[in-house]
Parts: sequence; structure tokens; C-alpha cells
Amino acid sequence: MTLPRPRRPWDRTDPARRDYFEVLGEGLLAQLAGRPAGGGARGWSPPSGGAWVHVGPSGGIRAFTGKVEVGQGTRVALSLAVAEELRVPLARVDLVMGDTDLCPWDMGTFGSRSMPDAAPALQRVAAGAREALLDLAADKGIGPRDRLEAVDGAVTAPGRSGTVAYGALVTGERRIVAVDPAQPLTAASGWRVAGRPIADPRAEEVVTGRRTYTSDLRLPGMRYGAALHPPRMGSRLIRADLGAAASRPGVQVVHEDGFIGAVAASPREAHSAVAAIRAVWEETPEPGEAEIETFLRHHPASGDDWDTAERHEGDPVSALAAAPFTVQASYRTAYIAHTPLETRAAVAEWTGTRVTIWVGTQTPFRAREYVATALGIPLEDIRVIVPYTGAGFGGKHGGDVAAAAARLARAAGAPVELTYSREEEFRWGYFRPMAIIDLKAGADRDGHLAAWIFHNVNAGAAALLPPYRIPHQAVDNELSESPLAQGPYRSLAANTNNFARECAIDELAERAGIDPVEFRQRNLDDERLRVVLRRAAETAGWADWHREAGRGRGVAIGLEKGGRVATIATVTARDDRPVRVDRIVTVYEAGTIVHPENLRSQIEGAAVQALGGALFEAIHFDQGRIRNARLSEYRVPRFSDLPEIEAVLLDRPDIPSAGGGETPMIAVAPAIANALYEATGRRRRTLPLLEDDLMPPPTPTAGARRPTRPRAGGSSRGSPARSRGTRRASPR
Amino acid sequence: MTSFVGEDGPTSSIRFTVNDRPISVAIRPDRNLLEVLRVELGLTGTKYGCGEGECGSCTVLLNGRATRSCQVAVGDLAGATVVTVEGLARDGRLTPVQQAFVEVGAFQCGFCTPGMVVAATALLRRSPHPADAEIRAAMDGNVCRCGGYGRILRAIRRAAEISALPPEARG
Repeated sequence: MTLPRPRRPWDRTDPARRDYFEVLGEGLLAQLAGRPAGGGARGWSPPSGGAWVHVGPSGGIRAFTGKVEVGQGTRVALSLAVAEELRVPLARVDLVMGDTDLCPWDMGTFGSRSMPDAAPALQRVAAGAREALLDLAADKGIGPRDRLEAVDGAVTAPGRSGTVAYGALVTGERRIVAVDPAQPLTAASGWRVAGRPIADPRAEEVVTGRRTYTSDLRLPGMRYGAALHPPRMGSRLIRADLGAAASRPGVQVVHEDGFIGAVAASPREAHSAVAAIRAVWEETPEPGEAEIETFLRHHPASGDDWDTAERHEGDPVSALAAAPFTVQASYRTAYIAHTPLETRAAVAEWTGTRVTIWVGTQTPFRAREYVATALGIPLEDIRVIVPYTGAGFGGKHGGDVAAAAARLARAAGAPVELTYSREEEFRWGYFRPMAIIDLKAGADRDGHLAAWIFHNVNAGAAALLPPYRIPHQAVDNELSESPLAQGPYRSLAANTNNFARECAIDELAERAGIDPVEFRQRNLDDERLRVVLRRAAETAGWADWHREAGRGRGVAIGLEKGGRVATIATVTARDDRPVRVDRIVTVYEAGTIVHPENLRSQIEGAAVQALGGALFEAIHFDQGRIRNARLSEYRVPRFSDLPEIEAVLLDRPDIPSAGGGETPMIAVAPAIANALYEATGRRRRTLPLLEDDLMPPPTPTAGARRPTRPRAGGSSRGSPARSRGTRRASPR
Repeated sequence: MTSFVGEDGPTSSIRFTVNDRPISVAIRPDRNLLEVLRVELGLTGTKYGCGEGECGSCTVLLNGRATRSCQVAVGDLAGATVVTVEGLARDGRLTPVQQAFVEVGAFQCGFCTPGMVVAATALLRRSPHPADAEIRAAMDGNVCRCGGYGRILRAIRRAAEISALPPEARG
């Protein structure tokens, strides 16, 4: 349910002037007076430390966060944090997420910041609300303040019959309380709701098809839109003949500020109208796959401050020259596509000069800014709401579809939905960057790392610095221009950097004649990471492994965003059969665990997604054009690829929670690569590790292919689940 | 009876049922079932994921068989019986497959779940106690990009167990 609109977005209104009760009804509203203790990294959380919680006369709790739910389970995890402090069952908490009119400003849902940043803010404001309810009960004579307790959604006075539900307490109230940012929290050891397995109270709507994603919204009078795209990134429009599209019955063509799109009665008609537009584009030559590495190495670009990092210690060049065991190699990763199952979608509806946009984005507040700039309207007139979204994986930053829907709806004078076709999602989203890592490393006679020279081109800075003790280091990265749009991806650059590092560590261990687990332990100081690695080796039966032709096992570790991970993979690779990952064991430790089943689920999913990037996912391109912009040509992991997955959680209730959506992924690809080396005797240093036999032949045609949605006249009997066995990739 | 008319091009009249509801459409026969369900009938539980029958998000039961609705031309639907994810639960009572997906927590973003539930329903009707290899093969055309296959596999095993219970014992 969408709540009414406030006069102005609350994040852009002085806290004393927010119309909380006009929107939420009477009750008690608790808000943090400042930045919460323990939360908020590098200005990623609201500058005011904003967080607010409302308790209404029904006893229902509404909590507000700028984070969004894209399948990572944050809705339940954050709701648990609120439920715990307010001493209510989970189902009593309604978490309002990603509504820019009502929620605290937020940078975006990325970088695994929901648990470290949003959870402490919500916990503290919920704890403050609970204390305020106890104050209110004391004021109302329920009992002496120091003997009152909050239990199961009510205030009780022990030894008295008096028990008053929260709802009754706040009826008729319009009370705003300011919560101390240092408000004490319930220790994890005393948790009753959080920290243990719990069912998602909204699961039924998922399995019955009732859950409404952005692309499922159906507003009265709603029409459907589509946008015209250039054949590739950076092409400039020279001219467009809109006549053929505009003359179609029921079609309205919109051309403003360089944007061209169409509105019609159905998505098919809108896409088909856009396809009828004759556009001429100016194009410049772009590198293809044969030239891409040279291009990336010679086209440096600048980025934000978190996109680069460096460390220079000692004299790595001399140390390398003196090291008895060395590795010098370059590692490469392909562009890969997030491929969220729900494509980008937005619905826009205007009321006078104000617009509401429902959009599947990981960055609702940035989407609001994007729309304001694109349409030239004030931020205060734009409300962005993020409904349930069919995944993101870092691929849904931004506001492009939001702005397109808003333009089309304004021109049409009706609500408009715009949903990308799968091909548009491939072509007009962005990719995990292609990257190259040049690495030189050396170890001494005792297997201690001595020198480390690590330079990455176009990966990014996440997990760039090694978690190992190395006296002589030169580590840095550079960013590049790219012929394809590139951007964030689940765990950012950590997958890439960790892949190169953990493969090189294995190569060094082999040269030094030391077991890879032992080699890592010998070079680690981080006790938490040592424990994680030890546990992984025990769980996977590392010491009991018997070598066998065509089989291999590999280990990798990682430390990123506060989480410690170790993965051990086993693979089978025999000449006559496709490579198969048989088993993945991941041990993860990220401080206090709030929602264990969800964390386990994230680790399992991360293993599968990482397996795709490790073995076969790759975007192919030529002259800036994507050659495999369809699901039939871009291979993602399927049921037949599923290995046995074992996720082991190590709980550290004494340490604040780090996130869990990303870091469990980063040791999977190198563990598989190391296992594949053992199985085949051949070291592969490029992701994907296997040749992609789905790569289509080069298409010399000019002009982007038209949206394929939907293919008419297909198999009328339909195709039940097909076996994909013949399409499995094989070793290069 | 629900009737509607598509806007573009020559149309023909076709009758079929969706979730026990008789439908009569006058529509271009090359439009696909997925569009009709989502756009004309507002049955948005069936999802668009790829438009080429590769992801299984749009799976429905067509005359009892799991079928990619994006690959079915409306013109071929005369007299057909279509069941979508919305039509599985009766009287608000979840089916064993739905119950098992809830119990196991077999979804993350949930976007593939309707297609998974429908495909699993067809599988268990055909083969009430499938081995893991049979489940993997039958479900291989359904993509879960969140990588939740392990839990989905567990949920289908669990659904087979629940289905074997007498109705009053299903919880």
C-alpha cells in the first residue's frame, strides 16, 4: 500500500516541520536526533543520521529506511532489528523502504551497507521508541517507570494486572520523541526474535503470484511506453523520421531534449512503434574484443575517490629479485551482465506538477536527482518509490527508466509503464567491467610472502589490498574508458582482485612446495580469517583428499567489507565430459548474525552466481555492439550446474554485523580456478575459465537489432522445460 | 465471460479458459499468451523474463502441461485450458508445492518463483516422487538468477512429501 504524500519530502524538510501525523495518523513518532553510534561509513548514511519509527493505534509499527529490497533479504533482516528492540513479533513491523518522500535519505543499496549502516540506525530509534512507550505508560499511571517492561507489543507492570497494548497507549497521541543516537541496544545474547531462523511473513504472496513488482503495477488509465536507443553507447542522433511511428493508431510519439519514445495501449505496440522510427546516428570507431586489452591499458579515466586505492611499502622490486619462488602473470576478466530476472521497469503518474515514479532501482534518491535534472523540475515535486524488485546485483543503479517513464507520462497525460525487453536490459544497462591484473609476487624459502606487485586496470579498488602479511608491496589500480557501459556489480571489484590474488597465491604455494591451506595460514595475521580458513578446510575434508585423475580441489579466501570468507571447491574435468563443479564449501564470518537463514541463502546464491562468472559468463561485442544480448546467447547458471553447496556460518555476537550479500561470493571463482588447475594441470588465468560455446558468430549487420519481445508465432504447443545438457561449456 | 479487443491489425475471435474463467478474445492471433495474461487480463503473477522461452518465468499450465506462455500464440489457444500461478491455490489454501516453497524459504527476489511453482506442479503431477536428477532435468529451463536452486530442489522434494500426506495432515 502506498502511503499518502507529505507536503514535502521528509528528507528535505526540517525535522520539526515534517507532517508525520497527517501522513501516518496519530501515534508516537520516534526519530534519531543525530548520527547513530556504530553506523554510517564515509558519509553513505543520512547526514542527519535520520531514522524514524511510528507506532500507531492499531499497535502496528512503521519503520522507514532508504534501503531497498532486491532479493537480498534486507526487508526481513531490518524488520527483525526493529521488532527485537520494540519487543513485538516480526509481522507487526511494516518497513517502508525506498520511498523518497517518506524515508531517510540514503546513498543507495550497494556495498553491503544495509546491515552495518541502516540496521544500527533502526535499532537505536526502535529502542528509543520502546523507552518512550514506557515513559508514556508511566505518565498514564500504568505503574512506576522503573518497574515497567515492554513485552510482546505491550507495557506491563510486573505483579500488577495492568498490561496496556502499545496501540491503546498511543491512541489520541501525536507525540514526537527525539532519540539519543547513543541509545543503548539489546545485547545479541538477549535477543528473542532476531538471530534465529524465522519465516518471511510475506512469503505467501510470492508463491501465489500476488506480489507486485514494478512491472506488475496496473494504474487506472495506464498506458505503455518504450524508448528509442542509439545503436551503441555514445552514438549521437543526427536525425529521426518519426512519421511512420506517429501515424499508427493509438500511438503517441514523444521527442523532447534528445529523448525519443512512444506510448501505446500495450508494450508490444509501444516497442513496435519505436522500431518504426527511422533514426540516423553518428558513430565513431570502437575497439572490438581483439583490441580491447590494448584499449583499456591506454585509455585512463578518472573516478570517485572510492574507485582507487594504493599501498606502497618497502622495496618490492628488490625483494622480488631476491625471492626464490616467484610468479609473474596477468589475469583477465570479461565484461559480464547482471541479468536480473526482472528487467528495468518504471511506472510514472503525474498529479499537477508533481510526479510519482515507481521504479526498480537500487538508488531511489539518486534516481530522484536524475529525474529532476533530466526533466528540469524540483526534487520536491518528485516521489520515487521502489516496489519489490526482481533482483539487481549492483546492476540497477540510476534513474534512466524513471526519467523515460516520467517524460512519457507527462506527454501522454496518463500513467505510463515502461519495462525493458531482455535485449534492452542487456544493451542499455551496464556491465561488470572487463579488467586486467598484472601481478608479480615472491615468497622466501620458508613460504613467507616477500614481495607483492599488483596493478589492476579497470577492475576497481574493492579488495585491492592483500589480507596477507607482506613486507614489500606496491599495489594500485587505474580506471579506464570503456567501449561498453560499465558499472557496479555484486561485490564490485572484489571478485576480480580476489580472483587474481588467490590464484597467484596458489601458484606461489605450488612453487614453494607447500600445501595451499598451510601456505595461506603461514602468511595470515588476521585471526578471524585464520579461523574461517581452518573451518573451511575441516568442513571440506581438505586433509583427507585423495588425488584422482580428472578431479581437483581448490581453496581461496577473502576479506572485504568486514566479512571473512573461505571457499573450497571441487571439480571434475575429464576430456570427454563438460567441466562440472561438484561441491562448494563456503565458511563466512561477518560479526553478529541477525537473520541466519537469509545469510545462508545469500551464501548459497552467491556461490551459484559466482560459478557463472567463473566458468562461462561473458559479454561478446564488436564495434561497441553487444553480440549476445539474449538469454539464449548469454549463458547463466541453471539447475544442471548446481553443485552441492555447504554454507557454514560463524556467529560473532561480540562484533557488529557486516553485510552478507557480497563478500561470500569473492572466493568462489579463484577456488574453482585452483581446482580446475589441479584437475587439468593447466593454469587458466582468464575469467570465464571455459570457452563459451554459446558465442554467436560475428554479426556484420549495421543497426541494432530490434527488440525481440515478443516473438510471435512461436511453438504453439509451447516448450516444456528443455534439457540444456548439450550446451554446457567445455574446457578451452 | 471476459472479452477484449486488441488494437492493431486484423483480429480473430478465440475462446479459452484461464483459471476456470471463460475468456473470449478478438485479437491478432499472433499475439502471445503472456501478453494477454499480463496486459489484457491483469494476471501479473506470470512474469516476463526473456521473451524467447529461455528463462521459464512465464510458465503456465496449458492443458495441464508446463508451457512457456511467451511462446504460445493466442491463435492456437481455441478451446484450451490455461492455469496460471494465481489459479493453483483453491479457497485460499496453498498447494503442497506452494506450501513447501514457503516452508523452505525457496526464494530470494521471488521473481522466478511463480514459474518455478508452476513447473514444479506439473512435474509432481507427472512424477509424484521424482529423483533429484529428474527434478534437475525437469526444472533446467527455469532460471533463478539469485542462484536459489538448492533451496528450490529441497522445496520440490518437500512438496512430494507433503503431497503424499492425507489432506488433513498437510498443515
